[in-house]
Amino acid sequence: MFEIVRKNKRITGFIVFMFIALIAVIVYSVGYVSSMDMYLMIPLALIISIITSIGTYYYSDRIVLAVSGARPADDKEFKYIKDNLEGLCIAAGLRTVPRLYIIDDSAPNAFATGRNPENAVICLTTGLLDKLEMYELEGVIAHELGHIKNYDILISTIATVMVGMIALLADWFTRTMFWGRDDDDSGGGRNPFLLIIGILLIVLSPIIAQFMQLALSRNREYLADATAIEFTRNPNGLINALKKISDDKEPLEAANKATANMYIINPFKEREQMTWMQRMFATHPPIEDRINAIQNIH
Amino acid sequence: MGWIVGIIIAVLIVWLVLMYNGLVRLKNMVENGWSQIDVQLQRRFDLIPNLVETVKGYAAHEKELFENIAKAKQSLINAQGVAQKGEASGELSNALKSIFALSEAYPELKANQNFLELQQELKGTEDKISFARQFYNDSVTRLNQQIDMFPTNIVASIFNFTKREYFEIDTPEARGPVKVQF
Repeated sequence: MFEIVRKNKRITGFIVFMFIALIAVIVYSVGYVSSMDMYLMIPLALIISIITSIGTYYYSDRIVLAVSGARPADDKEFKYIKDNLEGLCIAAGLRTVPRLYIIDDSAPNAFATGRNPENAVICLTTGLLDKLEMYELEGVIAHELGHIKNYDILISTIATVMVGMIALLADWFTRTMFWGRDDDDSGGGRNPFLLIIGILLIVLSPIIAQFMQLALSRNREYLADATAIEFTRNPNGLINALKKISDDKEPLEAANKATANMYIINPFKEREQMTWMQRMFATHPPIEDRINAIQNIH
Repeated sequence: MGWIVGIIIAVLIVWLVLMYNGLVRLKNMVENGWSQIDVQLQRRFDLIPNLVETVKGYAAHEKELFENIAKAKQSLINAQGVAQKGEASGELSNALKSIFALSEAYPELKANQNFLELQQELKGTEDKISFARQFYNDSVTRLNQQIDMFPTNIVASIFNFTKREYFEIDTPEARGPVKVQF
């Protein structure tokens, strides 16, 4: 079981490495193809991207709660859930218990947010509490706790910053292309073939970057599933919960596209078989794959 | 030539420091895990007098039961070290289970609000003991593994890191087949 967790973390490392490699390739290509001053552009793109993301990251708990219309869970009414959450935190080695919030919606779903484990929030819908057995709820809560312990909000923010940076560089590049380049640069020994490849790469880079971000998101979902089993030692809880939640056809009213990828199951995803394209750009792996992965944990 | 040796030595030192710090981190996780178990055991211990009083109000003549609880409590107080605490904890869990089974025969007790709240509290605490035990045992596994495996075993023996015991809740009944009686 710990092996699976380690394997998923290695995959994360690989994706991050590919991200950095992509950035390096883009930076080199832009420098090669255009006359942009890369010593200025790279830090600038990075800084702008960080600035646009930092507010959302730092206040992620407050923002998401406000957008979703969640209310703090009353101690008496939800004591049994809070007890379970505290127990799972002990199993997880988390010192601070995440705050529990409730969304009044009959569609079953859950999410976790917060910039670090000390400022974390777990949110459950009333639909989830009504429709799931206790041992299944435990699996869902453990999954969300897994996201918190693994710093997934931070990781996805970093991914967003990198995507933003690549998008900015690609955008600036296309602008300089339109305005034309300095004449004293052209003919400076540039291979036209490489030029075309470079331009192609730069134009495609935002899509490639986004694909990598989504691959990362799927990878962290698998990791959260594995971490959940590490906490509960009961694969059936999470498996049955995933089945019940995905079988439920009710739309989640509180969700919008900005928050969709944080829920345990994407509230907007197609229920039928996904095409190859849809799988590549999905935030969550397909349910059957997740269930198979969990069953492979022993 | 000399500076290559210098770099190698520097890398080696950094590696040793990382290994040592890793061991320290794991050892502290084990300590923290143990204190978590203690906290929950204590919490359960503190709930018991209230429970006993409530039950006595309805079933004062069940002397054997109350004696078992008192004995188990005493065992826990006397217990030293991981193994003894595990055994004593198991004894107490069994005694508590008997009390809750008892409530089936006394419907007024079962309906008592205080009793129900205590039952919920104790169940929550038993669960937390279970989680704490899991975390402690996992931490012990990780620490023992590093102490055994090469090359951290070298660092471990230099700085006297010792392997720790698992927290087993060992009652003979727990090992035997489960009897279901209606």
